[in-house]
Amino acid sequence: MGRYVVRRLLQMIPVFAGATLLIFLMVNVMGDPIAGLCGERRCDPATAARLRAEFGLDKPVWQQYLTYMGNVFTGDFGTAFNGQEVTELMSTAFPVTLRLTLIAILFEVVIGITLGVVTGLRRGRPVDTGVLLFTLVVISVPTFVTGLLLQLLLGVKWGWIRPSVSSEAPLDELLLPGLVLASVSLAYVTRLTRTSIAENRRSDYVRTAVAKGLPRRRVVTRHLLRNSLIPVVTFIGADVGFLMGGAIVTERIFNIHGVGYQLYQGILRQNTQTVVGFVTVLVLVFLVANLVVDLLYAVLDPRIRYV
Amino acid sequence: MSEQHYESERVVAVTGVGGTVDLGTDGTETPAKAPGGPGGPGGPGPRGRPRSLWSDAWRDLRRNPVFIVSGLVICFLVLISLWPSAIASGSPLECDLAKAQEGSQAGHPFGFDGQGCDVYTRTVHGARTSVAVGVCATLGVAVLGSVLGALAGYFGGVWDAVLSRVTDVFFAIPVVLGGLVLLSVITSNTVWPVIGFIVLLGWPQIARIARGSVITVKQNDYVQAARALGASHTRLLLRHIAPNAVAPVIVVATIALGTYIALEATLSYLGVGLKPPSVSWGIDISAASPYIRNAPHALLWPSGALAITVLAFIMLGDAVRDALDPKLR
Repeated sequence: MGRYVVRRLLQMIPVFAGATLLIFLMVNVMGDPIAGLCGERRCDPATAARLRAEFGLDKPVWQQYLTYMGNVFTGDFGTAFNGQEVTELMSTAFPVTLRLTLIAILFEVVIGITLGVVTGLRRGRPVDTGVLLFTLVVISVPTFVTGLLLQLLLGVKWGWIRPSVSSEAPLDELLLPGLVLASVSLAYVTRLTRTSIAENRRSDYVRTAVAKGLPRRRVVTRHLLRNSLIPVVTFIGADVGFLMGGAIVTERIFNIHGVGYQLYQGILRQNTQTVVGFVTVLVLVFLVANLVVDLLYAVLDPRIRYV
Repeated sequence: MSEQHYESERVVAVTGVGGTVDLGTDGTETPAKAPGGPGGPGGPGPRGRPRSLWSDAWRDLRRNPVFIVSGLVICFLVLISLWPSAIASGSPLECDLAKAQEGSQAGHPFGFDGQGCDVYTRTVHGARTSVAVGVCATLGVAVLGSVLGALAGYFGGVWDAVLSRVTDVFFAIPVVLGGLVLLSVITSNTVWPVIGFIVLLGWPQIARIARGSVITVKQNDYVQAARALGASHTRLLLRHIAPNAVAPVIVVATIALGTYIALEATLSYLGVGLKPPSVSWGIDISAASPYIRNAPHALLWPSGALAITVLAFIMLGDAVRDALDPKLR
């Protein structure tokens, strides 16, 4: 197990370096990092040259990348062009997005798994067909459409919730955005649980449990569900990274000042440091989440042993 | 007897088209073919005609209502994106501010948006963008992904390891985020940057599928046999492996087509995909969202069109998968 973890951590290094380098190149080569510094006008050549020298932008890109990564590992994500530390922006933005992601995961677990179990046990019945059709529709409607429609219905027409979230982003205001963020993954969790339950229902150990006279509830919760949830748990774990990165759209619709909002602003204003810093952290979250999922596999399924 | 035929067809479907050697009705060996004759879920087929995975799948599809409905919707979409003027004669850029946010009226069934443009005309003309992006991006992703994936799976070794790491890198970058970063600096107002971006970030998904599929197929006996007979790499890949490994790629690509359309709309909604004066559902939805209180119709019609389009392609992909995946039968 220990050796496996070490090997996985070592494998993460090239992926992390590659992904951050890719984003670094996209931001630095495609865009002009100092274009945002002179406001709407173009910088005059002398100022531009001085700024480039000051920020080390006249050096080759690989050297810039190494300097940046060196700084990141000492906790210095640089300063945004308005003088704010990027770490300061992160400390306000990440808790908000983390809360949003947690709510989304909660929805996935509660609604997704419940629907999946119900439909998996009643395959081919009207409930099953109905839920399956519903998940298909949810997957097909893009998140920004779902978000805008729910905002229109619940927020504007019926007035159940506030259409936009205040800057503190308390948990109750994040409920609807969390549901919107979760919607597509929720449909996948439902389908995954349904398939898994339906598959395991015909397995020998379930027949044994039924044959020895266990009550149905116990068969389902202790025997069937436990084994069927293994792929679901891994899906949800891997989803953490996707949800945090995919929150840009949801945060824009509901005006939530989280990671997606900061990234969107950073990209529009060509704020290189913010963009690269936030993406670096997101990539790290994604990789760690995937590692945890792989290790969870062994805990949940004793047949799997890592050597 | 007919029961046996039924079984042998399944075996053919599981192992692929080209390779299985099956005893035909007349006792001779008929490689690459299941015996003709009765059997199969769809009733008797013409006796003696070769039946492949593809003809089986096509027979299944023709009887699947999901396939028929989604196919009709897609045909309609393709037709109106080729000739939008056939059902919406006006220009999508012809707007009259005096009519801004007005509701449905004679000759303008969907009403007007915030700029006084006819929502019906814009919704019809928006189909072209979505279909063009979906089809071109899927073609690009499928070609690039399956070529790279097949080569890595076939030759293995260093290239395989490199490809696996590169796909890992691309998977670690959130798609919408990558789109914002890459496309925000591009000022071109055509669909090509969006298509290029989708191909750039989409190919690893197909490459993985193609790689896995090729690795499975290349271990089959008929590939070994062809190699023993001295077939070249090109011939092995094109004649023996590709036809049997392509099914999973087609399934994933069809479903991906729907998600690419949704991605284009999302990017246009965020302001980095297509930009006005281009006509795209994403742009219209984005433009309509500030007027959501007074003119919800300007939001609902393009949203509905987008949702139905994506749904049609995903349902088509589902139906194709059911037809091509014999395990589900």
